Amino acid sequence: MQFSENWLRALVDPPLTSAELGHLLTMAGLEVESIEPVAPPFSGVVVGHVLGIEPHPNADKLRVCRVDVGERAALQIVCGAPNVAAGMKVPCARLGAELPGMRIEAARLRGVESNGMLCSARELGLGTDQSGLLVLPADAAPGADLRRVLDLDDRVITLKLTPNRSDCLSLAGIAREVAALTGMPFRWPQADPVSPGTDARREVKLAAPQACPRYVGRIIRGIDAGAATPDWMKRRLERSGIRSISAVVDVTNYVMLELGQPLHAFDNALLCGTIQARFARPGERMVLLNGQVIEPEADMLLIADDARPLALAGIMGGQESGIGAATTELFLESAFFNPQAVAGKARALGFASDASYRYERGVDFAGARNAIERASGLILEICGGVAGPVSEACAELPRRDPVRLRGPRVARVLGVAMPADTIEGLLSGLGFAYTREAEEFVVTPPSYRFDVSIEEDLIEELARLHGYDNIPVPVPLAHVAMPEAAEGRRSIAMVERALVARDYQEVINFSFVETAWERDFCANEAPVRLANPIASQMAVMRSSLIGGLLANLASNLKRRIERVRLFEVGRCFFRDAAGDGVAGFRQPMRIGALCAGPALPEQWGVATRPVDFFDLKSDVESLLAPAGARFEPARHPALHPGRSAAVKIGDRHIGFLGEVHPRWLQSYELGGGAVVFELDLEPLLERSVPAFREPSRFPPVLRDLALVVPRGVAADQLLDALRAAAPPLVRELRLFDLYQGPGVDPGEKSIAFHIVMQDTERTLEDSEADATVALLTHVAQGRFGARLRA
Amino acid sequence: MQELEQLVAWAVSEFESTTEPAHLESIKGRFLGRNGSVTELLKGLGKLPGAERKAAGAAINAAKQSIESALQSRREALRAAALEAQLQREALDVTLPGRGAGVGGLHPVTRTLGRIEQLFRSVGFDVADGPEIETDFHNFTALNTPADHPARSMHDTFYIENAPGVLLRTHTSPIQVRYMQAHVARHARRSPMPPVRIIAPGRVYRVDSDATHSPMFHQVEGLWVDENVSFADLKGVLTDFLRRFFERQDLAVRFRPSFFPFTEPSAEVDMGCVFCSGKGCRVCGHTGWLEIAGSGMVHPNVLRQVGIDSERYLGFAFGMGPDRLTMLRYGINDLRLFYDGDLRFLGQFA
Repeated sequence: MQFSENWLRALVDPPLTSAELGHLLTMAGLEVESIEPVAPPFSGVVVGHVLGIEPHPNADKLRVCRVDVGERAALQIVCGAPNVAAGMKVPCARLGAELPGMRIEAARLRGVESNGMLCSARELGLGTDQSGLLVLPADAAPGADLRRVLDLDDRVITLKLTPNRSDCLSLAGIAREVAALTGMPFRWPQADPVSPGTDARREVKLAAPQACPRYVGRIIRGIDAGAATPDWMKRRLERSGIRSISAVVDVTNYVMLELGQPLHAFDNALLCGTIQARFARPGERMVLLNGQVIEPEADMLLIADDARPLALAGIMGGQESGIGAATTELFLESAFFNPQAVAGKARALGFASDASYRYERGVDFAGARNAIERASGLILEICGGVAGPVSEACAELPRRDPVRLRGPRVARVLGVAMPADTIEGLLSGLGFAYTREAEEFVVTPPSYRFDVSIEEDLIEELARLHGYDNIPVPVPLAHVAMPEAAEGRRSIAMVERALVARDYQEVINFSFVETAWERDFCANEAPVRLANPIASQMAVMRSSLIGGLLANLASNLKRRIERVRLFEVGRCFFRDAAGDGVAGFRQPMRIGALCAGPALPEQWGVATRPVDFFDLKSDVESLLAPAGARFEPARHPALHPGRSAAVKIGDRHIGFLGEVHPRWLQSYELGGGAVVFELDLEPLLERSVPAFREPSRFPPVLRDLALVVPRGVAADQLLDALRAAAPPLVRELRLFDLYQGPGVDPGEKSIAFHIVMQDTERTLEDSEADATVALLTHVAQGRFGARLRA
Repeated sequence: MQELEQLVAWAVSEFESTTEPAHLESIKGRFLGRNGSVTELLKGLGKLPGAERKAAGAAINAAKQSIESALQSRREALRAAALEAQLQREALDVTLPGRGAGVGGLHPVTRTLGRIEQLFRSVGFDVADGPEIETDFHNFTALNTPADHPARSMHDTFYIENAPGVLLRTHTSPIQVRYMQAHVARHARRSPMPPVRIIAPGRVYRVDSDATHSPMFHQVEGLWVDENVSFADLKGVLTDFLRRFFERQDLAVRFRPSFFPFTEPSAEVDMGCVFCSGKGCRVCGHTGWLEIAGSGMVHPNVLRQVGIDSERYLGFAFGMGPDRLTMLRYGINDLRLFYDGDLRFLGQFA
């Protein structure tokens, strides 16, 4: 909502500066977005009447003008504007005038004295037009201050109105609000009814009384459609951001701005029979004023005559019944449409109009008649003609049920006591009808307020007028019961910090990704797809964090950053009949990580080597500790088939780990590749509470066991078999060395274990330890053909 | 006697002549060994007449002690010199860089969320969470925003294809609804119901993209429902929070009327611009104020919707943008940097 400050001040004029007025509105909930002067500061510019023009003796393009500025002697001014002509009224900057960026002084132009300057719009900062002098109205008085003539000491105020305050979508509405806030007098502008000069009338009918419970119309005959809109009206329209079109349209717009009531003018000669508000019928078509051809849905309310649809009610008129240069008689409409009947309809058609914007938020249902009288008066004044009697149809209007307002409840909600007399003062300031009994009020909200229907709404009104600033800022009191703090869980922040400590940088990537990522990295041909993506590379919801991390790698490689270690914690999205929280969709939190480049930052004394599978495996193990994870060879579309593993805790599959498949390196510009992992977050948050076991007081016996096994035997297979066979005295069985190379057959490998044996009751004999090692060797031999390494 | 003094002086000079501990010990033998000079002298005592013996013995012993102490101090000197030499050999260039892995860093928004959580937890707020693919019901309807409500046009919503009524949440407010529903179910029999006091951080989505809007961004929802929670408490909590978060006790905070369908009364929260201290600059659009949160008293319809008696219980709710808080806190000028994965940017927040 944008408007001229002077227009507002013509309705209510509190003793406040523009800035103070802006602050008042903002703090009352009518947020002021900007206050801009309509013209830059300048002085000494008056209306000049060009009396005569002579050619300049020394210059072809200059003219010597005699200009009347309301004084006895005319001024001689040299002017170069192509449009200067005798008889015209133009802005004249007198000697000493201050214009934007210049000061006017007496000068000789090519030898001819010039005592001022005739100005273009651009020279005054009033626009960009510099093709010629700004032409002023013929009735402007010579010598009158231009700022006053054009009302230039004005500012355009732009409000960012919230959708509940439709009552402030008009100048009178804002004035009413300012009056309530300041206590200044204000009366809603009441138009004098126009006395009919003709009997011509058109019947109106409410065929959908729920959607349109009030319709007011009138015929105006014998108008001059080509009449000029008065300058003052044009100015106010322009300062409200509305272009002047024709006198009749301008009047309807002006009254809408002034009173908040949208109006529409039909060409009465093109109408046929009764006007009715009804819902669209199948197969109907119409062309809107914006040229759009529509076939309205059955839930769209139309204004129609006996022959055809004329307009989309409350949204936009139709082209075929619209007024034009040849129009001589009007049918003027001023109606009330229920917000529900209009809401969303314009948006569904892909546009918004000033009318639909107001109707969907709520238009004062008591204002239709006053508005049509106001518009009729203005049209008759400007375009001439005679008005017919008003036709009005009225059904059940929206109800305004009385609302109970309890003083103590006000205090409870706001946290500040408000005496009943104060409440009463504020209610009457708002102009709300009420009755009072001690501390309790019964308030009937006015017809123009669509946002006041419960006690809290009234409390907000009181708080607004009282001033939110005047509500105290206490330190809140609360009971201090300690919250649950399960030791068996840790926070996401702790998991994140663990990865940060291991040299990972957190990133946050979009949850919507390219369709190709889902296909390539997840073999997901049917991802969760957005119906209205913002761009094709953000079309589907991710089912893995890996795509984003790989894109991060590529973009950092482009920036010449070779060592990249990233992680992200975020949701992934799956279609799942069961779902969690939202039926049909599972959306677990996952944690994904990527490493590329050297394992350690390049540094002295340490040979540089690329990061590998086992570096990240160690990171995964540390995240999962104390739970032991298992890693099983598994294929994954994003990963190298021989270098990828499924991560499991017990039987739970919780994620994967591996090297990125070489096939993606080139197309996704991933340089030398990367190792990644992705895990469900939930298992990482679970941590077993430690259970104490008394350390043995007897010394441990240590043995190392190096076995040569066929190359195909997985370390875990061997460890599982040994652990299963080991007697209880084996406390620890740990793989500490792997050897393949000279001395070991190429088809074999040597794996060495560290075995710690200990009893809690006694000291172990060497022989027992030896027997245990022999047993384990025997098991390995039997199961895998292992032999002791020589 | 002179003889003895010469002997001591000789021994001392012999000791000083060597720097080798082994050699020192062999020199020691020459004086104090079984056949050493001093031993020989002591052996010779017996030949002396009794009257001289005592004096001579004392003199020889004194000389012996002098030699022994000279030996001892020479030993220590050599040991000290050897240690000194070893230490010098072992000296490091301590200015060389340390070795090993580096340390990563959190995303700046995570950092902010961490601080927000810490501050609110310190006054008894719990942290709640909710789904990002949401139902129209939880995102709008249960928050007093029925279909075709004009407020819906304030949120340009992403919808999920082939799933009517399913969308990407446009704010974290649906967590309010989910949390209160669960809370009511959990405490159905308790009277009074224990208070609800949560914050709910998370990602939210709107169809919008430019230098100041990202189609995905973060919000933190806050909710306190109890028997006596007032609008004044809302002002207290948020004012306190902003001053602690920005570590400026003099930070100006103002509340002005606004509109959200799920709060009544509603308030927009502004804080004094942290860049120009309220004088007006480019960041605050020359107003001196920065919009920082939306808030209000929970609308009775929302409470009723989740089965809470709105006569008995009151609550306030707020929602704020941690991305914006992060930008203001660190002076970051482009929102898009958050979602770009640029290590040169992210590395600054280690």
